[in-house]
Amino acid sequence: MGWKRGAHIAIAGVMGLVLSACGGGGGGTSGGGGNLNIAFLPKQVNNPYFDVAASGGQEAAAELKGQFKQVGPSEATGAAQIPFIQTLTQQNVSAIVVSADDPNAIAPALKQAMQKGIKVVGYDSSPAPDARKVFINQADSKDIGEIEVQMVCDEIPGCSGEIAILSATSTATNQNAWIDFMKQALSGNSKYSGLKLVKVAYGNDDPQTSTTEAQGLLQAYPNLKGIISPTTVGISAAAQVLEQTGKAGKVQLTGLGTPNLMRKFVKDGTCKQFALWNVKDLGYLAYYTAALMVQGKIKGQSGDKFHAGRLGDYTIGSDGVVLLGPPFVFKADNIDQLNF
Amino acid sequence: MIRVSTLRTRLLARWETLLVLLLIVFTWLGSSLSPYFFSGSNFSDLTSNLMEKAIMALPLALIIIAGEIDLSVESMLGLASALLGLTYALGWSLWLAIPLVLAVGALGGLLNGLLVTWARLPSLVVTLGTLALFRGLASVVLGPQSVSGWPSAFTNFGFGDVPGTLIPWPFVVFAVLAGAFTFVLHRTWIGRQLYAIGKNKEAARYAGIRVARVKTLLFILSGVLSALAGIVLTARFSSARADNGQGFVLDVVTAVLLGGVNIFGGEGTIVGVVLAVFVIGVLRNGLTLADVSPDTQSVAVGALLIISVAGPTAVRRIRSAWSNRRLTQAANTS
Amino acid sequence: MDRTVEARFAPPLAARIGLERTLALVARLRELGILVALAVIVIVVGVQAPRFLSVSNFEQILLSVSLIAIVAVGQTSVVLTRNVDLSVGSVVGLVAFVTGDLLKEHVLGVPGAILAGCALGLGLGALNGLIITVGRVPAIVATLGTLYVYRGLDFLIAGGKQVSAIDLPSSYLRIASSSVVGVPTLIVFAAVTAAIAAYLLRYSGTGRELYAIGSSPTAAELVGIPAQRLVFGAFVICGLLAGVAGVLWGSRFGTVNAFAAGGLELQVIAAVVVGGVNIFGGSGTVLGAVLGAALLGTIENALRILHLSQFWLQAIDGAVILLAVGTDAAIRSYFQRVLMRTGRR
Repeated sequence: MGWKRGAHIAIAGVMGLVLSACGGGGGGTSGGGGNLNIAFLPKQVNNPYFDVAASGGQEAAAELKGQFKQVGPSEATGAAQIPFIQTLTQQNVSAIVVSADDPNAIAPALKQAMQKGIKVVGYDSSPAPDARKVFINQADSKDIGEIEVQMVCDEIPGCSGEIAILSATSTATNQNAWIDFMKQALSGNSKYSGLKLVKVAYGNDDPQTSTTEAQGLLQAYPNLKGIISPTTVGISAAAQVLEQTGKAGKVQLTGLGTPNLMRKFVKDGTCKQFALWNVKDLGYLAYYTAALMVQGKIKGQSGDKFHAGRLGDYTIGSDGVVLLGPPFVFKADNIDQLNF
Repeated sequence: MIRVSTLRTRLLARWETLLVLLLIVFTWLGSSLSPYFFSGSNFSDLTSNLMEKAIMALPLALIIIAGEIDLSVESMLGLASALLGLTYALGWSLWLAIPLVLAVGALGGLLNGLLVTWARLPSLVVTLGTLALFRGLASVVLGPQSVSGWPSAFTNFGFGDVPGTLIPWPFVVFAVLAGAFTFVLHRTWIGRQLYAIGKNKEAARYAGIRVARVKTLLFILSGVLSALAGIVLTARFSSARADNGQGFVLDVVTAVLLGGVNIFGGEGTIVGVVLAVFVIGVLRNGLTLADVSPDTQSVAVGALLIISVAGPTAVRRIRSAWSNRRLTQAANTS
Repeated sequence: MDRTVEARFAPPLAARIGLERTLALVARLRELGILVALAVIVIVVGVQAPRFLSVSNFEQILLSVSLIAIVAVGQTSVVLTRNVDLSVGSVVGLVAFVTGDLLKEHVLGVPGAILAGCALGLGLGALNGLIITVGRVPAIVATLGTLYVYRGLDFLIAGGKQVSAIDLPSSYLRIASSSVVGVPTLIVFAAVTAAIAAYLLRYSGTGRELYAIGSSPTAAELVGIPAQRLVFGAFVICGLLAGVAGVLWGSRFGTVNAFAAGGLELQVIAAVVVGGVNIFGGSGTVLGAVLGAALLGTIENALRILHLSQFWLQAIDGAVILLAVGTDAAIRSYFQRVLMRTGRR
């Protein structure tokens, strides 16, 4: 059985050599200085929303003469994001700009990156607060929640009836924050007393799951009057389902979406209005903030003021949060203005 | 007869050596694709990402050697994670919760075992059913939530290294288990029983081996170790979720088959499986550092699996065709 | 050859020829079993929620089941020969994306794209068949490998893009939403496919040979059946039907990304197994597989209608699979005892 022993020795040798001796080699200096090598890690790649944000990041990178790249999982789960964070840490990027699928699952990996000197900036959906320095929030979460409810109330005749929410993944920080504020608005404001939230469904930002969940909502709640879908994948899936089942117009649809994907549905009335913000600006601001932190121009603490290129001046708020601006409502009369 | 077994032994010997060669080739490939590959911290990361699958591959190897299969391992991992999360969220101490979770793993394995041995159902279908059943139970237990806020000792175990080295704690667990499995499979009579059962179930039974009992125990073992993998994963992610481990089973089965275990049973070694786990891990890691997406990496892994099985069969057939021709030539000339 | 010699050298085949009628009865009983289960569910749920019994709801169920049923028909022909095709999900996904992309980039018109998609499915199935017959790789290993390879190719080709409904011509999208004589096109299509396959399997020589290969490969070879060629053919059919489902996928869902149809293979195999097709080959019917798919789809729909948590769905699916296989085994062992007694006489 000499060959078996040989194999044993071989494994032991390779593992031992590699794990103990090489130490922290290969890494080199920690990410810093003037070198701007910034990576975006969205919730998932192949998602039009994040692709638009990436274009904003690229614009900022060109202005600041830095590098930009975007990597990410095809599945929107925290578990899938971890290997990417580890790889970026290995590759010694200067900063990671991340939108968290699960704020806690990625925290240990992000903390390890920060220990190595890599700056971590959250955007769109924040990782756990101690696993990032700054979080670029696209709009105030309370505002987003309230505007969603406001829009669905506008659409439903008499502002009364059953409504459902078609969300993304169940652990996404931003989704849960918005849903909480929606529930608060529904119960706290007498204007919405006629609306009843019957279900929160999860489409996982996957077109098939979102379609199936949307169909399920229509089947399970035949008296459904409105669907709020605060995710671009969900709202376009729901719009399609409404048209295919002939329920467009009977069940109102609103939420957060991109103008290009929703244009047709807004024009034919399936979704009369929806909100968003300038996603490209979000990416632009995120890159700028990360770059300024890498260059040491800001520390990422509350009260820090900085100038972000063409977007102007910003101040870091409490808890390291930077607000991009108020949400923007798209309707038939302005949907052609923006192209993304 | 002797010639055939020498041939097989030589092929087996070549299999482990082949895996070592593959490991070396992929390591070289990884370091040439990216300067960040050949570093201790990278190997540490790579290893820690592999350990749950590696732990599940060990009992699966034994099960396949014994002529069955267990597809439900990833779902038991998920159920374990969900249960751990639920009990922890309810205020249970981990010292209570962890043994409970392992016990549930054993119960799940017992279910598989009984359905396969007592009800005489094909293990492929049984574990397909339990793949869905356990995952479903995990969703019922925890819903769409995730549980976090674990004690730092727990998360340090999952994510951290042995102090002073770059060896992840889970690797220590795995190494101990792998050592135990190697010993049992290759050096004890239990191991010989497994090979016997895999080669010919009826003959084994006539030889006095309690086939049903052995198989049931194997499934229980698989359940317990899958639950253990679930605990490790929860610690590593600091997050208990019902969908933890989804999609793992393909990698685990691939690692076992790539490791030289015959899908029809009766052949295979633990050394081979361990090597195969790392071959796949190193390949994936090297490609990831070169910014190749994991899904594209799948092309390489899938091709590797097919070639690893088609290759030796082709070699065997060429050899036997060769030796046949030589025999006929010899017969014709004499 | 007298019967004892036949029985010794090719027991299953001989017994089968002698007791064909009994086994046909078993198959019918099995299908009846699913129908009974369906009836029970319909009655119980219908009483609780009359909405369940509406035509439009049944239509919904059949629509969601139709694509799985088409793939299940192909999978049945493979499983009958004692093989399995785990790569069907990846085939459907890859074909769905390629078809959608061809239409999006205006490379081909709708008929051309459909043909291309089907051809791709056929080719992928043929590749599976080659690896298994020529490469002598066991089906479960081969199709596990191609599951990875085809899905990886899907991601390589997609390269981060996705095909959205706005990119697709409305004539293509209408395929899934249109109706023929009041019945949705997809359902008609699935039904016709299943009917043709069922007929061929039952009444053609090739069909019977597929059953023979599955029930005893050695006996089949002794009798002179070209097993390798037929198994290859079964995989080609399976790939073709998966391709068809892929082409229809884009029409049904509108948005296709590289992740489409992920995990479909498990749903299909579950349907086939619940439908009474023996995983070891040799017995089972297309009708059974389709009914199995319908049963699982009905359970899912029932859960929704009853507002039961979706989280029970997977657990129930798992339990149904175990129950179905358990019942099969029980029936089989009962009839085997009957067979043994009749055989000896």
